[in-house]
Amino acid sequence: MHIVDGALSNPVVIGGAVAAAGGIAVGLKSLDIDRIPTAGVLSASFFVASLIHVPIGPSSVHLILNGLAGLLLGWAAFPALFVGLLLQAVFFGFGGLTVLGVNTFNIAMPAVLAWMIFGRLIGRGSPAQGAIWGGLGGAFAIAATILFVAVSLALTGDEFLPAAKLVFFAHIPVMVIEAVLTGFAVLLARKVKPELFLKGSSA
Amino acid sequence: MAHALEPKAKTLAEAGSDAPYGVIGDLDPRARVVLACVFAITTVALTTIPALVAALATAISLLMLSGLPIRRTLKRMAMMDSFIIFMLVLLPFTMPGDPMFAVFGFPASWQGLWKAIEIGLTANAVILTLMVLVGTLEPVTLGHALHKLRCPEVLVHLLMFTIRYIEVLREEYLRLRGAMKIRGFRPGTNLHTYRSFGYLVGMMLVRAIERSERILGAMKCRGFSGQLILLQEFRMSRRDRRFAGLLGGVCIGLLFLDYL
Repeated sequence: MHIVDGALSNPVVIGGAVAAAGGIAVGLKSLDIDRIPTAGVLSASFFVASLIHVPIGPSSVHLILNGLAGLLLGWAAFPALFVGLLLQAVFFGFGGLTVLGVNTFNIAMPAVLAWMIFGRLIGRGSPAQGAIWGGLGGAFAIAATILFVAVSLALTGDEFLPAAKLVFFAHIPVMVIEAVLTGFAVLLARKVKPELFLKGSSA
Repeated sequence: MAHALEPKAKTLAEAGSDAPYGVIGDLDPRARVVLACVFAITTVALTTIPALVAALATAISLLMLSGLPIRRTLKRMAMMDSFIIFMLVLLPFTMPGDPMFAVFGFPASWQGLWKAIEIGLTANAVILTLMVLVGTLEPVTLGHALHKLRCPEVLVHLLMFTIRYIEVLREEYLRLRGAMKIRGFRPGTNLHTYRSFGYLVGMMLVRAIERSERILGAMKCRGFSGQLILLQEFRMSRRDRRFAGLLGGVCIGLLFLDYL
């Protein structure tokens, strides 16, 4: 899912950086002193969650959970996921530096969209209903992320189009796993701490 | 701190003890962050193979200077390559151009091959330099350096919080995994596994939120007002300037080599 340095054309890289900076600015505005610890701890949680490898057949995939991040954080998902990507690039060597903007946008924008579409729905009805909306949100976020990655590649040049298509189909199982996992995570949160998403939907 | 989160390294947030990273370790953190960015932008701007090879050579010599464990660092770099290798292998077949050879009737083009090599060199040179120059910083020092470089204060706060709690939450995750294991949980490709992992993530998040409420209470109790108090002062020494000049010169040299 990470795009590396040198793969994308300059307009795409610059466009991604500008869009990410805008998203981060909106996200930072929504963070007052009281919400910084929450956002920081959640950002760390998603960093740790991305280290979890879930088996799928003979192989395994690592979780992204950007849908869940969006559902909990709203616009603050932008700076939170940016921080995660920055740390991954600097200390683990995943992704790249100049493409940080594009990668942030590709992962955080779907998170925000998932929050806009599904954020209100998961707090309503029974926990099971909330979980289903949560699962849909998780699947949507991954689908949008793959789509954004494919578009970033396609905007760079037609030669990436087949690769982008392959990436898309290769990630359909990931989408299903993320959906199921997000659904159950929401189900548990709704049962254990029902006020969590009520607060989230009003923020 | 490039090898944080490995069993040996205890915390990502242990401040103050800058490890002895050779020549690089003493340099001003701000200069390292800025130089890593300058080098990255220069390298991405390069288009010819000789210039890119020179850029990668620069990155590797920085690695030698830094005294980082060379094999482990290169292994990390190779891990990133395993992500992109798929796309790179595909490129010769998807990019139109002079045919090189054909596999099952699909022609591979020279242009595609060069493009793939170009991307591979760029990506590795940039990420290696980033790991050597910035990855050797204490994460907390990185936060301070970004603050001094006029990053938004809230963003730096967020970064520091994330750094501080990654290790705490990872320990919690390992504790929960241990609890699952002791009850006979073995991950496989089935709904039970996915449900268990979902509950695991959900539990981690609920606990994280509750923890953050306690943190906020503790911070307010100590009079937190949203100000970042920095105990570290950075000063550019003559060595910092010389190193910056040298790497800047290398960047200009690379651009010149590219232009030839």
